[in-house]
Amino acid sequence: MALSKEQMSAYWRRNLKYIVFLLAIWFTVSYLFGIIFVDQLDQIKMGGYPLGFWFACQGSEMIFVVLIAIYVKLMNRLDQEFGVAEV
Amino acid sequence: MGIMTWTWIMVGLTFALYIGIAIWSKARTTGDFYVAARQVHPVLNGMATGADWMSAASFISMAGLIAFLGRDGSMYLMGWTGGYVLLAMLLAPYLRKYGKYTVPMFVGERYYSQTARTVAVICAIFVSFVYVAGQMRGVGVVFSRFLEVDINTGVLIGMAIVFFYAVLGGMKGITYTQVAQYCVLITAYLIPAIFIALMFTGIPIPQIGLGAALSEAGQRLLNTDAGYLLEKLDQIQRDLGLPAFTSGLKPRIDVFAITLTLMVGTAGLPHIIIRFFTTPKVRDARASAGWALFFIAILYTTAPAVGAFAKLNFIKTVHGKTYAEAPSWFKNWEKTGLIIWVDKNGDGRMQYGPGKPFKGKPILVKDEKGNLVRGKYGQVVVKNEVIPNTPNELYVDRDIMVLANPEIAKLPAWVVALVAAGGLAAALSTAAGLLLVISSALSHDLLKNVIAPQISERTELFAARIAAALAVLVAGYFGIHPPGFVAQVVAFAFGLAASSFFPIIVLGVFWKRTTREGAIAGMLTGIIFTAAYIIYFKFINPAANTPEHWWFRISPEGIGMIGMIINFIVTVLVSLVTKEPPKQVQEMVLSLRYPKEM
Repeated sequence: MALSKEQMSAYWRRNLKYIVFLLAIWFTVSYLFGIIFVDQLDQIKMGGYPLGFWFACQGSEMIFVVLIAIYVKLMNRLDQEFGVAEV
Repeated sequence: MGIMTWTWIMVGLTFALYIGIAIWSKARTTGDFYVAARQVHPVLNGMATGADWMSAASFISMAGLIAFLGRDGSMYLMGWTGGYVLLAMLLAPYLRKYGKYTVPMFVGERYYSQTARTVAVICAIFVSFVYVAGQMRGVGVVFSRFLEVDINTGVLIGMAIVFFYAVLGGMKGITYTQVAQYCVLITAYLIPAIFIALMFTGIPIPQIGLGAALSEAGQRLLNTDAGYLLEKLDQIQRDLGLPAFTSGLKPRIDVFAITLTLMVGTAGLPHIIIRFFTTPKVRDARASAGWALFFIAILYTTAPAVGAFAKLNFIKTVHGKTYAEAPSWFKNWEKTGLIIWVDKNGDGRMQYGPGKPFKGKPILVKDEKGNLVRGKYGQVVVKNEVIPNTPNELYVDRDIMVLANPEIAKLPAWVVALVAAGGLAAALSTAAGLLLVISSALSHDLLKNVIAPQISERTELFAARIAAALAVLVAGYFGIHPPGFVAQVVAFAFGLAASSFFPIIVLGVFWKRTTREGAIAGMLTGIIFTAAYIIYFKFINPAANTPEHWWFRISPEGIGMIGMIINFIVTVLVSLVTKEPPKQVQEMVLSLRYPKEM
């Protein structure tokens, strides 16, 4: 089944939307929470962890894994929806 | 059985395993050799990528780096993990769809230019060689630390083993040995970490233990009152005149720049990118990046816990004690020069604090028979010139924060042996991945593409093996005679990769209007700018290497970020004013975006 030009660009736009959304979170947890606003967040404690320190040393790394997992899920669904998945 | 016997057994067993895998996975075609016939399951590929990525430095030095840098060390943790998000979303699936063997090949075809491909080949070989020399040296260092053999002998043993499975199995052999190596190294890393977390906090998960309160047993061991472990560590460091562990000292803009440079550099390193060529499908390439990061994050989130536990333990069991009271690990590692005490104030007690105890790396005093000379209290003596005006009497190599852990946790000798095998696994797996990049660049990009396109597949496979063998020899040579610039340059490989490869590959996929002229101009301005900045501050005028002279207060380590931005801007501007790419190139770019053939 061949896709129309519109469908092809619709698929690509959705992919770009996912990427922009997920990279915004990627940027927020590492660069904003872990670096720029780290001292402000450190005022909040999570157990023994100052929150900013947690984002920098633990949280960002864990959230990165989750972000890729979400992207994989979204894209597998999108591939199915547009019929562009490999057989 | 002693530690030494156990270590030989453990190292022997793991090496036998690697050789067994190599024989089982012998490469029969160039497809096997370059991309493991694209049959690697995404989970296995994730493990292999993890082992490929985590070098001897990640395994042995990372925790210690954080122990001494505190929160500033997070730039390495974030920087060396965040790049996988970029890989998963911006590079891996499209390059997998492209479906060829090497990164320079993609650059050459996308930019319809032999020049672009040649520039890419040179960059790939240069970055990989710089990296691999350090890994070979790492193998030697691990051997010498645990098995008391000469570093150079260690390098030779490492060469022999890598030679065997890289030359025989190519990517296929490397992939499956890397899977085994990942299992060895992560087990070796986690066992001591789990036991130390249990010992201090009663919680077996280091990531949770780091944020927990000290257990009663932990308070007894560390001779301190109740409270959160991190707060205790902060307090103790402040009492000694050191900055709190959870605080940062570096300018924020520099931490930002270094983190971004490392992330983008990761996504631009050829030995990582090619791992995603080995999966059966595009969707597996995406999943693979996720698994890779999962397996890497297990070690990278454990590292700060290990660093904090070890630092706290070090200060509480060593600072203010007499040499006779020092723990046994102190006395074991003292002999290797990783930890040294000089009694500057003559009070017979070991004091830790800010500053350095003496100049340079320790030079141990030995008598004519080669035995260590002992001081008044039985401590190992060094020749170095003492720095009198600092309160610190202890030299501590950061590697000890990992190496001494099994003894700190009072674990049996076989765990110490396992850590040795883990360190070797980390160094060997990274070396092998890099060697493959060099070999495929030589046999596929240069020989098959430029010099002798008419050669048969069998000849090319043979040439690939020869290239791998040569690469092992050259890497071994650099491991035995490390050029002085290697240590300096490794840190900058990321900046160079970030400012050269990453922008043009991403634009090549996401913007079909990117032209050959744009890409070449962008790569050259990016890498020349970055290299010039680094060379100026590191080699030409090192005296000026301070924040007030840096542009925007960004250190040479972080300048790759600016280089990358320059590359992006130049590539886009030049592309806009040059003739658009040929039709078939634009069509190829579009086809990369859809997993199925359209």
